[in-house]
Amino acid sequence: MAENAKLTKSEQIVVKFAGDSGDGMQLIGNQLTALAALDGNDVNSLPDYPSEIRAPAGTIAGVSGFQMALGDHKIYTAGDHPDILVAFNPAAVKHSSKFVKPGGMIITNSDSFTEKAWTKVGYESNPLEDGSLKGYDVKAIPMFTLVREALADMDMPTAAKDRCKNFFVMGVLCWLFNKEQQLVLDFIQEKFGPKAKKPLLQVAEANTRAFKAGLNYGETAILFQERYDLGAAQLEKGLYRNITGNDASALAIAAAGHKSGLQPFIGSYPITPATDLLHYASEFKDLGLVTMQMEDEIAGICCAVGAAYAGNLAFTTTSGPGLSLKTEAAGMALILELPLVIINVQRGGPSTGLPTKTEQSDLLQSMFGRNGDSYMPIIAANSPADCFDATYQGAKIALQYRTPVIVLTDGYIGQGSCPWKVPTMDELEDLTPYVNFWKPEDHPGETYQPYKRDPETLARDWAIPGTKGVQHRIGTLEKDALTGAVSHDPMNHQIMTETRTNKVNNLAAVLPQAEINGKDSGKVLVISWGGTYGAVKGAVDRLIEEGKSVSGVNLRWVWPFPPNLGDIISRFDKVLVPELNMGQLSLLLRAKFLVDVESLSKVQGDPFREFEVIDKVNEMLGE
Amino acid sequence: MADTQLTKKDFASDAEVKWCPGCGDYAIMNAVREGMVAAGKPRDEVAIVSGIGCSSRFPYYMETYGLHTIHGRAAAIASGVKVANPKLDVWVISGDGDSTAIGGNHFMHAIRRNVNLKYVLINNKIYGLTKGQYSPTSEMGQRSKTSPYGVIDYPMTPLKVAMGLGATFIARGLDSIMKLSSEICIRGAKHHGLSMMEIFSNCVIYNDGAHKQLSSKEEGPNHRIILRHGEKMLFGTEDQFCLVQDGFGIKKANVADVSEADILVHDEKNAELGALLAGMRPDAGLPVALGIIYADESKKKTYDDMVYEQLAEVKAKRGRTMDQLLQEGHTWTV
Repeated sequence: MAENAKLTKSEQIVVKFAGDSGDGMQLIGNQLTALAALDGNDVNSLPDYPSEIRAPAGTIAGVSGFQMALGDHKIYTAGDHPDILVAFNPAAVKHSSKFVKPGGMIITNSDSFTEKAWTKVGYESNPLEDGSLKGYDVKAIPMFTLVREALADMDMPTAAKDRCKNFFVMGVLCWLFNKEQQLVLDFIQEKFGPKAKKPLLQVAEANTRAFKAGLNYGETAILFQERYDLGAAQLEKGLYRNITGNDASALAIAAAGHKSGLQPFIGSYPITPATDLLHYASEFKDLGLVTMQMEDEIAGICCAVGAAYAGNLAFTTTSGPGLSLKTEAAGMALILELPLVIINVQRGGPSTGLPTKTEQSDLLQSMFGRNGDSYMPIIAANSPADCFDATYQGAKIALQYRTPVIVLTDGYIGQGSCPWKVPTMDELEDLTPYVNFWKPEDHPGETYQPYKRDPETLARDWAIPGTKGVQHRIGTLEKDALTGAVSHDPMNHQIMTETRTNKVNNLAAVLPQAEINGKDSGKVLVISWGGTYGAVKGAVDRLIEEGKSVSGVNLRWVWPFPPNLGDIISRFDKVLVPELNMGQLSLLLRAKFLVDVESLSKVQGDPFREFEVIDKVNEMLGE
Repeated sequence: MADTQLTKKDFASDAEVKWCPGCGDYAIMNAVREGMVAAGKPRDEVAIVSGIGCSSRFPYYMETYGLHTIHGRAAAIASGVKVANPKLDVWVISGDGDSTAIGGNHFMHAIRRNVNLKYVLINNKIYGLTKGQYSPTSEMGQRSKTSPYGVIDYPMTPLKVAMGLGATFIARGLDSIMKLSSEICIRGAKHHGLSMMEIFSNCVIYNDGAHKQLSSKEEGPNHRIILRHGEKMLFGTEDQFCLVQDGFGIKKANVADVSEADILVHDEKNAELGALLAGMRPDAGLPVALGIIYADESKKKTYDDMVYEQLAEVKAKRGRTMDQLLQEGHTWTV
């Protein structure tokens, strides 16, 4: 190995890829994520792409990004400011260079800096030459030239050769981060080699050569003064795989089906950014997972309600506007008191809003978006890997309480990825005790009453069609509190409304207590939920290190609140809730605990950075 | 009790039927019960799903599993029930508002998928439960509370739509011809595939006489034709009219004016013919087709059958265990 760059120990590196959408940014980002994870780093990634499939090439609007943090310790977010930006064209440089840390590195393809290209994005002269990137460590690499050279004797169109620049860059980064090259070579074979789904042997060969050219370039070009050496993160022992939140939810659906003994069923309709969940789950036919892609969002939830009624473990998956469409049918599941899990991968709203960008603005819709008094438990996943557990827990509570449950994830954690400690099926909680179908043989001498309840959970007795001798009718009209027959009796409606509400409220008693990160009392309590967990955890950890009187609490169940939350809140002078909305959880906390919660609102289609939370807390501390 | 010994009465629940006296739905419920008896399924293996509307109260009156749901969505919900447990006989009971207005989309796609549902579309050409507004099957000029000066929407013909979607069974009945409704429900109950059974019902309160042209003793036979597979298409009080081919279409003729060989013979397996027959309307000078218009289960598998065939196929091919699935892709050990 050339001795032209010294190997420096690093704790964390933030990398961002930016280029034309459709030019493989998500692919290369995921590839580096996997490479780092396989090498033992903890990683967290954040895809960021426009809603157009092939937005105009070379424009700012068409820039697709992928940011990731890799480290030798637990990583909670995709990082604040990139240490390294890989920007494939002038548009990407223009779009993303401003986010780079002062003095940070910008790796770019100098061949793409034609006058036409830099003029198109508003540069008046070549930014690589005119000093406009002063303050950054710019590595302008003629990628097309080098790749074409490496592939000179291959009979393929120049455009196809140029596409291999991504693997050239992977080569450079593999060298720069001191990663195991074999992992990338294996990946190329898996993706394009003879055993791939669609073998493209020439592409495999070309990418392999481009990758090696990148590796060699790093070693020999005397361009880099240092290389980064990230140690393995101290993760809990076990088998790991890198996973996106959507994939984790899909796996949890299949797993919950198997652990409940029920056929897992998804009724859905494609919508960004939830679609990947349905893509992945649709591959699980061999595991008995039924997926019905229906004619619309309403039909998606409706067939799931039908499946739940018939005794399947039913799920419906969606994003913001889709949840709006599912509203009435969600109310139906609620009044029928059937188990149903609604997974909402939140995106920027209202209406079509920002389909590909993240937001947490469906909380109030999840709380109140139905007619009548119609509360449902809401659980929020706090990381890509956590989507597995949140979905699994959602299914458990849905079954146990015979209620629809909303699982909130968001575009950031749904599409972002991180290492996930893979559970074995044996380790997962057995869900069969919560199924408990009502069968005559278990209740000799008893008449089946569809709305007779378990005194503790208030879950109703549930007999599914096909059960011998207990055919009965239920519906969406108000029902008698015992027999389920249609009832317009005023006091019965009072009882049923209270019962449905109490059923959800009572759940709080059995939910895990909220855990405090930091001291039990102090000046500022920062409350996170869902996707804000990572930034708040990172920020609070740093503030605590600095000796500030700050603690954090994360809400796993957003409704009902954990039973000890009011008590915790009362022990702090001030409460801060950072949210990717205009203060929706803040509103609920104020209403529930009569406390003056301060809201830190961000609705920029982008998750919180740690420094944003830190700055706000310091302001509240008067520092 | 052997299942085959069930009678119509066994399918009556103890709930009081609350349709208006004289409502056509009573006759239709009778026909559906006959269909269920004929299908021979035990009552606890039958599920009836309905939407919202007068007709959608139907499940409460039936001694089977019943699910009264929300407006327009019964087809989608029932599709979920059937796929989740294909051993059940699943019936959809819906009205013209439920199926052709708010639920038009689900109506269409359930037919397109050929989910094995028994679908009874009770068409009274009015919104009854909301007290008398026009529906997508109301006739032009019809006066209702929301069309005090007459309907100016063109009506739709649900069975014609159904044929466009590749239906495998369509039939049309009339509440007042009870025997025919029973025949339809019996055949429909046994059909393997989605059986779309439109039955005209008279709303005595808000649209009384809507089907009078078809049901009147004197004139009715001149405006309707009861189709029977393999039989000549004759109609009229004296069977004095017939249907004959007219280019790519069908026209009415006097039997006396045509040679016998020109009179069309009903073939319930002919989809093109079925589409033409389904769309016949009196305002085009043609009789309304009643009876089994099209029935052919040989050309299309049902959706629910294919769901399980595919599960089995993929299982045979990939056959992963849950643990294998959880551990797939690049993994590493810490």
